[in-house]
Amino acid sequence: MDSHQASHDSNGQHARVFVHRHPLAVRITHWVNALCLLVLLLSGLQIFNAHPALYFGETSEPDRAVLMIGAEQNADGGYSGVTQIGSYTFNTTGVLGLSNGPSGQLEERGFPSWLTLPSYRDLATGRRWHFFFAWGLVLNGLCYLIYAIWSGHARRDLAPTRNQLRHIGRSLREHLLLRFPDGEQGRGYNVLQKLSYLAVIFGLLPLAVLTGLTMSPALDAAFPFLLDIFGGRQSARTIHFLCALGLTAFVIVHVAMVLASGVWNNMRAMITGRYSVPIRETANDRT
Amino acid sequence: MIERKRTLSRRSFIIRGAAAGGAALLGGCDQLSQSPSFRDMLNRAEGLTEWAQRLVLSQRSLAREYAESDISAYFKPNGSTRVADPEYIRASQNGFADWKLRISGLVERPGEFSLDELRCLPSRTQITRHDCVEGWSAIGKWKGAQLGPILQSVGLKPDARFIVFHCADKLSFFSNYYESIDLIDAFHPQTILAYEMNGAALPVPHGAPLRLRVERQLGYKHAKYIQHIEVVSSYSDIGDGLGSYWADRGYEWYAGI
Repeated sequence: MDSHQASHDSNGQHARVFVHRHPLAVRITHWVNALCLLVLLLSGLQIFNAHPALYFGETSEPDRAVLMIGAEQNADGGYSGVTQIGSYTFNTTGVLGLSNGPSGQLEERGFPSWLTLPSYRDLATGRRWHFFFAWGLVLNGLCYLIYAIWSGHARRDLAPTRNQLRHIGRSLREHLLLRFPDGEQGRGYNVLQKLSYLAVIFGLLPLAVLTGLTMSPALDAAFPFLLDIFGGRQSARTIHFLCALGLTAFVIVHVAMVLASGVWNNMRAMITGRYSVPIRETANDRT
Repeated sequence: MIERKRTLSRRSFIIRGAAAGGAALLGGCDQLSQSPSFRDMLNRAEGLTEWAQRLVLSQRSLAREYAESDISAYFKPNGSTRVADPEYIRASQNGFADWKLRISGLVERPGEFSLDELRCLPSRTQITRHDCVEGWSAIGKWKGAQLGPILQSVGLKPDARFIVFHCADKLSFFSNYYESIDLIDAFHPQTILAYEMNGAALPVPHGAPLRLRVERQLGYKHAKYIQHIEVVSSYSDIGDGLGSYWADRGYEWYAGI
């Protein structure tokens, strides 16, 4: 992250410095990963809709579902969408269980057509999309990991410093006030960014891949310990779903932070690498 | 005031743009889903999956076997649960006593096996998990004749590559169910022609009198109501040519995941 040039506004008050923020390998793998995750989420919900219920253990005993989405007939003869989580039941008509299909007519379906790939019910095609982009995610992720470890990117840019960890409370407060660091501190990732990226890269994404593989009867025969680690195939399926939920939550917060901290600057940094950091007068002397 | 108006219009522009972009994206994805060349590209992942799974699976790696206490109280019969074919109905009415399994194709000694003859062949009993492509799983106990020794007894010709199972049931109006496996799965010790489920004769909804168990693949590979086994060098002339009823309808021929 070397500085390239400094520029001043016409009034000379707010100085900015351009830094080279994201290396090419990170930029490419970031966008490939974003595309893969989007397709995997939407095609995954298509696959989920083929059996919109979740369980723990090896098998799917109907009376032991922890989540069940479906449609029920009301006393007046109409239908409503019902989502059952544990012993709680919610009416989710219009979104979960009962929603307008691609043709515009109400139909029983887990997730609505605007959240599934394809939009119409087609498990076979959903699976084709899912496994193609699952390979994409895994191969892209391996390229990233090799680069991140070999180049020092993981250690240099992702590992939080001791000083950062000590001031994690202050970083949390700044985030809640949507105040983002400038000067030297604005060049790299802040501590909350680092921790959430580490959790996604080394936690959620590998967990999603491993629980996905545990749903494979072939890989369960090759690596039976997968079933023991996750507590059975249906548990793995449930954890896989929770990983998707966690990754979606991460992406929502990630995009919100990008919008709040300067969408064009962030987008340019992830496309061309150039990132502009406002510098304080004291930091000005350095450039 | 002017500043506020500008940000509002920019915000509504972004929201409307995102909604239009999202709709275009979904519509575009539906179009891609139906484009033959795009589907061909997506389908290439199946070959990669088969290659990778066969790389880590040895001929001896067995699907997990469970205890009697793990057997599912409810095992959903999926796909066909009965057969309309008059000959099948006649055979079922006297307990399949006169029923015969035919074996033909690239074998040295084509022939027929009665249910009693199959029961005298080397058998295997296994309590395994059935994983449906829809996402559910159930555990059942299966007893049947191992396919490998049967194929050895009829003698495979050198160009034999696939074992095709022709079934009595029709899921669609015109096509009988059929399925095929390669020789790796055919000679796997857990690949059996099951005639018993959970200690009793195989019930009709589960494929009486004979169904395939090919434990390292998904449920739709486990063909029910088997009538005829054909050994072939290629399945391109059968059905729509993709090797199974569901493969002809867009699902993977290799159903390891």
